Amino acid sequence: MPEPILSIQDLAVEFRTEDGIVHAVDGVSYELYPGEILGIVGESGSGKSVSTLALLGLIPMPPGRIVSGTAMFKGRDLLRLKKKELRKVRGNEVAMVFQDPMTSLNPVLTVGRQLGEAIKTHYPDTKDAAVKQRVIELLTLVGVPNPATRYTQYPHEFSGGMRQRAMIAMGIANSPSLLIADEPTTALDVTIQAQVLEVLKRVQQETDAATILITHDLGIVAEMCDRVLVMYAGHIVESGTVEAIFRSPRHPYTIGLMNSLPKLTEDEEWLEPITGAPPSLINLPPGCPFHPRCFLARERCRQETPPLAPVEGSAHQSACHFSEELIGRKSKFSEAVA
Amino acid sequence: MTEFTRPDGSSGLVPTAPTVAGGQPLAPDAGIDSAVGIDPGVDSTEAAGLELKVRSQWSYARMRFFRHRLAVAGLIGLIVIFGAGIFANLVAPYSYAAIDYTNTLHPPTTINHHYFGTDGIGADEFSRVIYGIRTSLEVGVFVAVVSSIVGLIVGAVAGYFGGLLDNMLMRITDLVLTLPVLAILLAVSALIGNGSQWTISIILAGFFWTGIARVVRGVFLSLREKEYVEAAKASGAGDARIMFRHILPNTLGPVIVNGTLAVGVAILTEAALSFLGFGITPPTPSLGVLVNDGQNYPVQWWLTIFPGLLIVLIVLCVNFVGDGLRDALDPQQRRIRA
Repeated sequence: MPEPILSIQDLAVEFRTEDGIVHAVDGVSYELYPGEILGIVGESGSGKSVSTLALLGLIPMPPGRIVSGTAMFKGRDLLRLKKKELRKVRGNEVAMVFQDPMTSLNPVLTVGRQLGEAIKTHYPDTKDAAVKQRVIELLTLVGVPNPATRYTQYPHEFSGGMRQRAMIAMGIANSPSLLIADEPTTALDVTIQAQVLEVLKRVQQETDAATILITHDLGIVAEMCDRVLVMYAGHIVESGTVEAIFRSPRHPYTIGLMNSLPKLTEDEEWLEPITGAPPSLINLPPGCPFHPRCFLARERCRQETPPLAPVEGSAHQSACHFSEELIGRKSKFSEAVA
Repeated sequence: MTEFTRPDGSSGLVPTAPTVAGGQPLAPDAGIDSAVGIDPGVDSTEAAGLELKVRSQWSYARMRFFRHRLAVAGLIGLIVIFGAGIFANLVAPYSYAAIDYTNTLHPPTTINHHYFGTDGIGADEFSRVIYGIRTSLEVGVFVAVVSSIVGLIVGAVAGYFGGLLDNMLMRITDLVLTLPVLAILLAVSALIGNGSQWTISIILAGFFWTGIARVVRGVFLSLREKEYVEAAKASGAGDARIMFRHILPNTLGPVIVNGTLAVGVAILTEAALSFLGFGITPPTPSLGVLVNDGQNYPVQWWLTIFPGLLIVLIVLCVNFVGDGLRDALDPQQRRIRA
């Protein structure tokens, strides 16, 4: 096993609000290996974005607070870096692609200028001509046609897909070794989504950056990722290779997620949702956070929080007391994987 | 693995299989060439020759400004008046201090170029007015520039950092706003003695920055929450870079408008101050000084009417231009004013 490039241990993030303390991320640990794409899936509010924003110090504090945890990246703990050191890491070794390309580009600066800024922030001595050349290279790499013309245009002259490509170009401007894409395609329509994912994948292959792909779309995970973490209410409930998780999910929540997806090969009258609603992160149920909605739940689940423990090999982990009962239980997509 | 998301390869709800609009699967190693044709939104229209003339924000602004008749008239007026002031030594037939005791209080005439007549000591009123414009212009522009810069910095810092700093700066701003300008000005000028035009300018600037500070603070307050600011942060930009490279350009519209209007108000205030005898010391002519001189000669109407008229004209023109700029620089306004 190679050395992980990023190793997160016991990360917990909370937000103080008027209603109480929101435990957005609660004891999350995972590792990321060089060159792999790790998917993080979960519903809105499951803590998937917050857990990565925390790495870059992008959580507004206050009200946010990192309660505990370490995030070792290349021998340094990102959570304990000084503001100035962290700034050197951001956009340089660790870069981020945001969700909404319509609002993530500054409307008053040309796209070329903004991409150039990303480079000049870290390499202020670069000559303007060299910066421009690099930006045009980047735009070409992400498949923006006529990059020389596009360079001088403003974001409003770009379509949504083109903007997201520009955002990806901005992310990889300084050849990061870790790229975090936070729902990069959620704001795009479906045909453009496919193209942008294709670009992301190609860029990932070319730069060989370890990538964290945050999404709530299991289809994207299946298509793009090597491994996947399933998050629920600030906890990782299951992790493993994409294949293992789709073939034999070992957490009731993962099974529920998959069953709620339509299957295109069959005529389905009704979808099968997970019953109930996500719990309030201010007042989490005791024990397993998923137990109120779980079809396996019994007394133990109400009292004891299940740890994330290996099931069938160390790579596949599940946080369920009764994960063994799920052996052999097929997800909707088991056959598709096989 | 693709069967899971898009089993039939053509009509998918799940957008993960990379296909172009026609349903053709994209080669996994899709290079730049195939990416060029991908986005159907923007570039197919260009290919079809439906070229839209692309205008920058500034060219839109210019267009809107020049459709605004009063603003253009104001601009022409200002160019003529200020042009005469700037090139006073070329335009004015006499020096403002040239005394001719043989020809005092002569009414306006074309003989010897005494277009605005002569004053009590035989100096040419036309020349004095022209030099007075220069002084007033210098005061107006100095005050506008200095107060804009101060206001910009105070507003930017207060709006961007918020919290205690914001509170302190805004309370100072409130304090300055509540001070009775004229009374303080009179007291200060009396204290430091009748000053040069620069002392007057600095005092005026000390009062005028508040308006711009408030406007800029408002813009910063709303823009610091924007995604593109977060994106800039994520790419490693520091506070100064975000403030001045990313947010500041967004405030230029209101700052330019306020700055322009400040020129008019500063000229007016300086005139009022000088008229009351607390402003600029004669013999340096300013328009206010000239009106003040004129009141010693109630019969010789030309000594008050001409400089007074010029003050009115300048302020009117400045306000027209400011109005035009306000409309032109409003990015919400795409409609072109008739």
